[in-house]
Parts: sequence; structure tokens; C-alpha cells
Amino acid sequence: MERTTMDLWVGAFVVAGMAALLVLAFKVGNLGTFNNNETYTLYAEFENIGGLKVRAPVKSAGVVVGRVTDIQFDNQTFRARVTFTVDKRYRFPKDTFAKILTAGLLGEQYIGLDPGGDSEDLANGDKIAKTQPAVVLENLIGQFLYSKAAEGGDTAK
Amino acid sequence: MPERLIGAVRGIGHRVVDAVWRMGYAARFFAATLLHSGASFRRFHLTIKEIYFSGVLSLIIILVSGLFVGMVLGLQGYETLQKYGSESALGTLVALSLVRELGPVLAALLFASRAGSAITAEIGLMKATEQLSAMEMMAVDPVARVVAPRFWGGVISMPLLAAMFSAIGVFGGYLVGVVLIGVDEGQFWSQMQAAVDFRQDVVNGVIKSVVFGIAVTAIALFEGYDAPPTAEGVSHATTRTVVTSSLAVLALDFVLTAFMFRGA
Repeated sequence: MERTTMDLWVGAFVVAGMAALLVLAFKVGNLGTFNNNETYTLYAEFENIGGLKVRAPVKSAGVVVGRVTDIQFDNQTFRARVTFTVDKRYRFPKDTFAKILTAGLLGEQYIGLDPGGDSEDLANGDKIAKTQPAVVLENLIGQFLYSKAAEGGDTAK
Repeated sequence: MPERLIGAVRGIGHRVVDAVWRMGYAARFFAATLLHSGASFRRFHLTIKEIYFSGVLSLIIILVSGLFVGMVLGLQGYETLQKYGSESALGTLVALSLVRELGPVLAALLFASRAGSAITAEIGLMKATEQLSAMEMMAVDPVARVVAPRFWGGVISMPLLAAMFSAIGVFGGYLVGVVLIGVDEGQFWSQMQAAVDFRQDVVNGVIKSVVFGIAVTAIALFEGYDAPPTAEGVSHATTRTVVTSSLAVLALDFVLTAFMFRGA
């Protein structure tokens, strides 16, 4: 085969392969929707994180603003220390409230941020002081039974 | 009785020594290929020719297989997911299975049977017809002139083929899931994008396909170079290439998956 024809085919092949990679990165993957470069890091301590995992989304008002990067157990406070990154475009006040929520009934768990009213913003490395732990079904049922039992005691009296 | 026992032990020893010798020979051959790779880049048209033969000519089988694998994933995934009312996760299922596993592995298996066998047969026949010896007589190093360009051609082609396999597979899943069955298009893409991470999934898939490309091409080259210079020898070597490299791909895939996706 003519060398120029072969070069043309190989060139087209390489370009098509690269295009496929770009499609995988931007259309299939999350590179188009979330910029990994410009982020700042925050952390929060929770009493219980339930089923939260590394890479779980951080959402505010339902919009994904960041991702969980690290989960550690703090042996001093006996709480879970969750580190996450937030996109630089989004700023949150100092008294922002972090909750662990569940998407749907059986969905994955994520961190929800409720912005407070402070005039100062959270900066890189700051800690979110106010947190709410994940809802654990067993505890919930336990509480329910306990209150039912208490009610039953009242009516029997 | 003792003679037979000694004979049996000797048989085991012979096989072990043979196997170790062959592995050492393969490792030295691989090292020599890497060492003599300079010419494949200095005279890049040699490598381009091999990319054409192993990459461009494998395109049709890769694209058609990818499309159909994606469409079947779409059909089967929908069957199961709709039982739980979560057919919106179809995009996630199709994309993750393709990008993480099926793309690199199936493309490598097809590549082994389409291009690997051709490489083995070609080099085996070149050896049988003493073309390699003739090159040595002319002070042309056959490893640098024949083996290394084929190696780099395969290593460059493999990740591109795997990426195309995955991309067209996702398109196949889209065709069946969204166009044919009628899963919501927005949910299909947005759930997929939420679940597929670039570094975790796409880059790991590419790393896998590069490793598979190295393994398949190196095995094909070695089997061809090592083939007995007879018609039967070349035919056996070609068969061995497909079997060995397919098994190597599956074994490597398990090891890589265990390292990449453990606990993630």
C-alpha cells in the first residue's frame, strides 16, 4: 500500500481513538461536570456517618458542590472526621451546617450543606462546627419502640 | 520399579527446567525488544505500518463487537433494572461495565485473536523461510527491524481500540435503552456522569488496556520468534498465542481489578 494512504489511515485511527477517549472523559465520565483542579478542603466531625463513603457527593440545595476525599476515626473525640473538597466557585459562610443525608429510600448517602448567615466565609482547611449525624434505622426503630412503650405505660396507668 | 520412579522424577525435572528456561528466554527476548526500540521511533514509519496492520485493520471487528456488546448490555440491564423500578440507572450500568471491564478485556481478547495471531504467524513464517537469518547476514538486527516496531504498534493500538470499544458500546446501550426502549435520556446520561469518575474509572480502564496491549503483543512476538521453523510449528505457535494471551489477559485483569477497585 502507498505510504501516504497508510499514514492517512493511521492518523484517522489515532484521532478516532483520542476522540473516543474524550467522549469517555466528558460525555460518559464526570470531567465535564466537575472540575477537579480548583477546590478547597474542609472537614467536619460527625457522631455517626452511617454508610457514607469516600467520593460521595457534597450537595447544597441539591447541587453537587464537592466530593468526600477522606474518612477517619478520631480517637480523641471518638467521632468520625470527614474531609471533603468543595469547588472554588462556591463559598459558604462560617456557620454552615453539615448533615449526612440519604438520596431516596435506598440511595447512596451524601453530605448536605445548609448555609448559615455569617458574614465570613469558610476558607481552606476550616472545620464545620455544626453537624448532624446520619440517621441509623436501628436507632430510629429503637426510639420509636421506646416512645410507644412509654405511651402504653401511660394509658395503662 | 526404582527405574520407573527415577524416570518419573526425571520427567518432572525436565519439564520444570524447560519451563524456567523458556520463561527466562521470554524475559530476555522482551528486554531485548525494549532495548532495541530506538529504531521504531527514529524510523517511525516502521511503527506506523504496524499500527495500520494491528490497529486500523482490527477496527471493524472492534467497533461491531463493541456496538453489539453495548446493545446487549442495554437489553439485559433494562430487563433486570426495571424489576426494581430503577431503569434510570441503565446508563450507569452500561458505562461502568464497559469502561472498567468489558472494554479493555474484550478488546484485548479480540486483539489477541485478530492481530496477535497474525503477528505470530508472520514472524514464525519469516523465521521458517529464514528471512530473519538473512537479515542478520546483512547486519540488520531482526529484533530492532521486525520485532520492536510490531511491539510498539500493538502497544499504541490497544488503548485506542479499547477506548473506541467502550465509547461505541455506550452508544449501543444508548441506542437500545433510550431510542428503542424509551428510558429517559436526561436520566440516562446524568446518572452515568454522576457515577463514572474520570480518574477512578476511565484512567484505570486505559491503564488496563495498556497493560493488556503489552502482554498480548509480547506473547505474540515471542511465540512467533520461538516457533519451530516448520508449518506445524508455526500453526502450533499461532494457537498458543491466542490461548496464552487470552488467559494472560483474564489473569491480569483480575489482579489489576483487585488493586484498582478494592473498597472503592
